[in-house]
Amino acid sequence: MSHADTHSHDYDHDHKPKGFVKRWLMTTNHKDIGTLYLIFSLAMFIFGGALAMIIRLELFQPGLQFVQPDFFNQLTTMHALIMVFGAVMPAFVGFANWMIPIMIGAPDMALPRMNNWSFWILPFAFTMLASTFLMDGGAPAAGWTLYPPLVLQGGHNLAFAVFAIHMLGISSIMGAINVIATIMNMRAPNMGYLKMPLFVWTWLITAFLLIAVMPVFAGAVTMLLTDHYFGTSFFDAAGGGDPVLFQHIFWFFGHPEVYIMILPSFGIISEIIPTFARKPLFGYVSMVYATAGIAFLSFIVWAHHMFSVGMPLGGELFFMYATFLISIPTGVKVFNWVSTMWKGAMTFETPMLFAIAFIILFTIGGFSGLMLAIAPADFQYHDTYFVVAHFHYVLVTGAVFAIVGGVYYWIPKWTGNMYSERLGKIHFWWSTISVNVLFFPQHFLGLAGMPRRIPDYSTQFAEFNMWSSIGGFAFGLAQIFFCIIVWRTIKGKGTTKATSRVWEGAKGLEWFIPSPAPHHTFQDGAPVNDGHLAHVSSH
Amino acid sequence: MNRTVIKTALFSVLMFGFAFALIPLYNTFCEITGLNGKTSGQVDADLVRNQIIDENRKVTVQFDSSVNSELNWEFRPTEFEMEVIPGKFYHTEFYAKNLSNKDITGQATYSVTPGKASLYFNKTECFCFTRQTLKANEEVKMPVTFIVDTKLAADVKIMTLSYTFFKLES
Repeated sequence: MSHADTHSHDYDHDHKPKGFVKRWLMTTNHKDIGTLYLIFSLAMFIFGGALAMIIRLELFQPGLQFVQPDFFNQLTTMHALIMVFGAVMPAFVGFANWMIPIMIGAPDMALPRMNNWSFWILPFAFTMLASTFLMDGGAPAAGWTLYPPLVLQGGHNLAFAVFAIHMLGISSIMGAINVIATIMNMRAPNMGYLKMPLFVWTWLITAFLLIAVMPVFAGAVTMLLTDHYFGTSFFDAAGGGDPVLFQHIFWFFGHPEVYIMILPSFGIISEIIPTFARKPLFGYVSMVYATAGIAFLSFIVWAHHMFSVGMPLGGELFFMYATFLISIPTGVKVFNWVSTMWKGAMTFETPMLFAIAFIILFTIGGFSGLMLAIAPADFQYHDTYFVVAHFHYVLVTGAVFAIVGGVYYWIPKWTGNMYSERLGKIHFWWSTISVNVLFFPQHFLGLAGMPRRIPDYSTQFAEFNMWSSIGGFAFGLAQIFFCIIVWRTIKGKGTTKATSRVWEGAKGLEWFIPSPAPHHTFQDGAPVNDGHLAHVSSH
Repeated sequence: MNRTVIKTALFSVLMFGFAFALIPLYNTFCEITGLNGKTSGQVDADLVRNQIIDENRKVTVQFDSSVNSELNWEFRPTEFEMEVIPGKFYHTEFYAKNLSNKDITGQATYSVTPGKASLYFNKTECFCFTRQTLKANEEVKMPVTFIVDTKLAADVKIMTLSYTFFKLES
């Protein structure tokens, strides 16, 4: 604490730029850009969620009530694209911007101007993508996987979707390069690699995944574009191409992509659990290696998404066993989190509740993933609601719960105000119960054979679908409630002032600066003692 | 710091190129391994002759045909299956008719199942090696000459040669 005290005078002058345009449009401040990312992500989360609400409304009963099948397909496609690229990924980049420089004792990101550009590309990319709803022929409707030949038959929305993907690809790649440059070059003295908080570690590895696979995806959609408009035949059988090849390229990107969406969650959970268990993270080094192991394996399992295309037996066996291997490093992580809590002096504030729910529910999603990885069984589960249930458990109760938990954990530091613990707990229980009502029945629907991406269904699926829809509406409403909580915290309504430490058990550099975090931090470098850090304090 | 940025940016550009490099890599990989039913193109008859032939071994070759919906042709094999002895040349014909009143150019693609047999199915002559132009309402018989390699795995008793005709944009 003595360091925080001696340095607090540095923060007397905030030097925030005056005026909206200078403060936000032209900002190069990592905290402001982090805030922009997080707000943008929340807006996209609500937009993508609204699309999901229409989907659940249509599926409330069998038969066609509200939307036509073609529009339904547009909804599922756009819901996925917006949630993946607009909500989850920008949220993690927002966390990275806010927290990484503070956590490693750097004054800002390495490339502040590029940082501004990375963010401001996004609103334009998504405006372009969303504008396809208003066009003749509507939005892309072939699924977020954009498989040819179907995606090539959908009209000119393809061009808009492809350019939007190019733009947000450029944004993610620049963001990732920035994260790598920051972490590798701007750590405070004494902040060795194996002293970095786990959130920083998971993001470093995520950033490498991003620069490895986002360009591949950009290449794949470029080939779709030239197939559609310039007469090439990359994926067109008539010209000697192969549509299955697109699936290989897509999932070579797509599988690392799902880890891009979960590794930073692992980082956030690894920050939250030790704080509220009041113990250092168990097995810190093994966590780092497990993260790197998962990242490596993510490159050699892609074809488990396409067991049913007609692969040779050897291929199916390889991808099946390689996929099973991933459960080992993931198991290490879950074991370490549980061991961190073991005999800890635990309290259950809202971030901790979300973190514990994450561990349990993400593990359920992991188990259904293992079921899907069994090649012979996958032929039964493929393209059913079982898959939908699986990836929503890992992405909603996984990634989104980690993001929400992370917001509760750090929002006192961001705003200087302590959110209302009572409202936070209501939000937690409301979300956790409703999300299980929403997604758990979909396991049964899938096992019983209900296909995904279909607006109508056979009557025996009616009851589970109705439950699922009710859970969906309740979960959607809970997130509006979350927006209100965030708004009240920012505005300081019904809140108390946060201390600089915020949480009794918190360790890490971010808890040694005032709350709210001053506009500029660690301008003169950060003195790092091992005692400041969560992971090395016990040695 | 500059070196980190340059290296990572360069790596991103390389990965963009890698996506395109996957196309020839995939095709080569499939041709070498016979995955995906890919067979090699035209084979020189002299290269596949002169093998020790087991006159008692019989393999059934089935012929399958389909026409892409964009192409207004009729297209079918003249005989649906043949009993062949590996190591000997055989000849068959496919029938095609242009059902429209315009000249149309088409191109056939081919594959062989099971995949592990595709490496041992050699065509020395095939209408699928070139584009075919049929005048309005024209009918043709198109030849295929092939030989099944004696090295074909013993458990393969039936193999299917499948063609799909696509319209070529003029």
